[in-house]
Amino acid sequence: MLTNQEVAEGLLEKFGDQVFDFEEPYGLLTLSTTREEIIPLMEFLRDHKNYQVIFLTDITGIQYPDNTGKEYVVVYHMHSFVHNFRIRIKVAIPASDIHIPTATGLFASANWMERETYDFFGILFDGHPNLKRILNIEEMDYFPMRKEYPLEDATREDKIDALFGR
Amino acid sequence: MADIELLPHNVPSQGELPELVEELTTLNLGPTHPATHGIFQNILKMDGEKIVSGEQTIGYIHRAFEKIAERRPFYQITTLTDRMNYCSSPINNLGWHMTVEKLLGVEVPKRAQYIRVLMMELARITDHIICNSILGVDTGAFTGFLYVMQKREEVYEIYEEVCGARLTTNMGRLGGMERDLSSTAIRKIKEFIKSFPPVLRELEKLLNRNRIFMDRTINVGSISAERALSYGFTGPNLRAAGVDYDVRVMNPYSSYQDFEFDVPIGQNGDTYDRYMVRNEEMWQSLRIVEQAINNLPEGPYYADAPEYYLPPKNEVYRNMEALIYHFKIVMGEIDAPAGEVYHAVEGGNGELGFYLISDGGRAPYRLHFRRPSFIYYQAYPEMCKGSSLSDAILTMSSLNVIAGELDA
Repeated sequence: MLTNQEVAEGLLEKFGDQVFDFEEPYGLLTLSTTREEIIPLMEFLRDHKNYQVIFLTDITGIQYPDNTGKEYVVVYHMHSFVHNFRIRIKVAIPASDIHIPTATGLFASANWMERETYDFFGILFDGHPNLKRILNIEEMDYFPMRKEYPLEDATREDKIDALFGR
Repeated sequence: MADIELLPHNVPSQGELPELVEELTTLNLGPTHPATHGIFQNILKMDGEKIVSGEQTIGYIHRAFEKIAERRPFYQITTLTDRMNYCSSPINNLGWHMTVEKLLGVEVPKRAQYIRVLMMELARITDHIICNSILGVDTGAFTGFLYVMQKREEVYEIYEEVCGARLTTNMGRLGGMERDLSSTAIRKIKEFIKSFPPVLRELEKLLNRNRIFMDRTINVGSISAERALSYGFTGPNLRAAGVDYDVRVMNPYSSYQDFEFDVPIGQNGDTYDRYMVRNEEMWQSLRIVEQAINNLPEGPYYADAPEYYLPPKNEVYRNMEALIYHFKIVMGEIDAPAGEVYHAVEGGNGELGFYLISDGGRAPYRLHFRRPSFIYYQAYPEMCKGSSLSDAILTMSSLNVIAGELDA
């Protein structure tokens, strides 16, 4: 059983200032890296015998529209069955250059997870073998999970009782 | 017999044989096909009876739960979760409640945790009942399916007793359960513990050593442990390939560490192993149910978290604070603390994860569901490559792909 501290120190030793923003929300080791280092970092975690993070749990995206230069964040959850620890890696990318390398070379499961992230956020995974929409129709011309497409606000005040019968 | 007159079409042509064109047939399996048990399409390239390659098209019942969740207070998201894996909706509901409780830092009392374990294990039994008996139907044994359906009905009656609903259960509340186990519920659970084993044994007798069933399922749709891990398999499908990963054991939640149970694993990762693992898991679930009902702790069934847990009705009518909290909760005016949390439970099909980011508002800033079906279904073309169409149907059936969970 590895502690978060040990993993963090090992990663800092290997990647130096390319890994940063270490956190531990609810006990889950969270760190950020750059898109240049994300694939080497995942490969290192997977293949190093001290970590053996052989399982990619999840890939998803988040959008922070007001965070200029870091509008999109791609989040990777990984899990080491051997040492039973989870790790969360975040990569922030700007809206002007919305590219990140694909992880399909490392994990076969990344294929659909990345397609889903592309489908909903429009994040382009470079080198992906089949990057097209997965849950939405292919004719769709926008990325629905972005914050600029809000759902109707339940508390909006411009609705008139006479019209909407409330 | 030399005087048989050769008709023109019987005369062997000489020297002018038409050139044989080798081409693959494209077969659309789905979107609506009775054998796929759900709405998804597979475009298969067939060489005669053999599948050469396949491509899935999914998303037919995509309902944008993640987007809808961004506008809903936390308690209203529960109804979204039980429409994912509708064969075991209590697991989804309670998994979601546990995620929010983790974010809020609410400690649920032991009794509520045990009741949750009870419900989740009953849900696992119903989930596996469906999968295994449908596998029987797909190999031609319809009887077992109808027979065990009766037992699922009994579990649904227990759900009714606990939460009032049957399929989309909306079970539990943030902070506990909505009501204590009634004496009827306890009686029904005890009856189920007694009456289920003979039925399950009969299903086993029908299928486990059945020559036809074994011939149809052994070495069909195999996947190695290595490929299964790479493809993100979890749950019974991964365990059938020989990896003993179970969230209940590795990251225990809701007091699973108090219970004694085994994690069955298979060897070959084929359809038969998946069937056998699910079959054994039902016995283990029954063991857990038995332990939970026998050791049910006394005490409250909900946490002391008045800001999040709906107060009892008689208090609402008599007590000012309770009325205020009732109003605030129902109107969704409770702010959650900012934070991000990932919580995983062992769903019917594997690791069901909830990744919740709260920015301190009333609704999640971002909510992502890690749906096991969605992630492992992408391995399907690889698993049925080279097999015949009828075996591919069995492979899909044994993977237990639930359309609602696949598409969310």
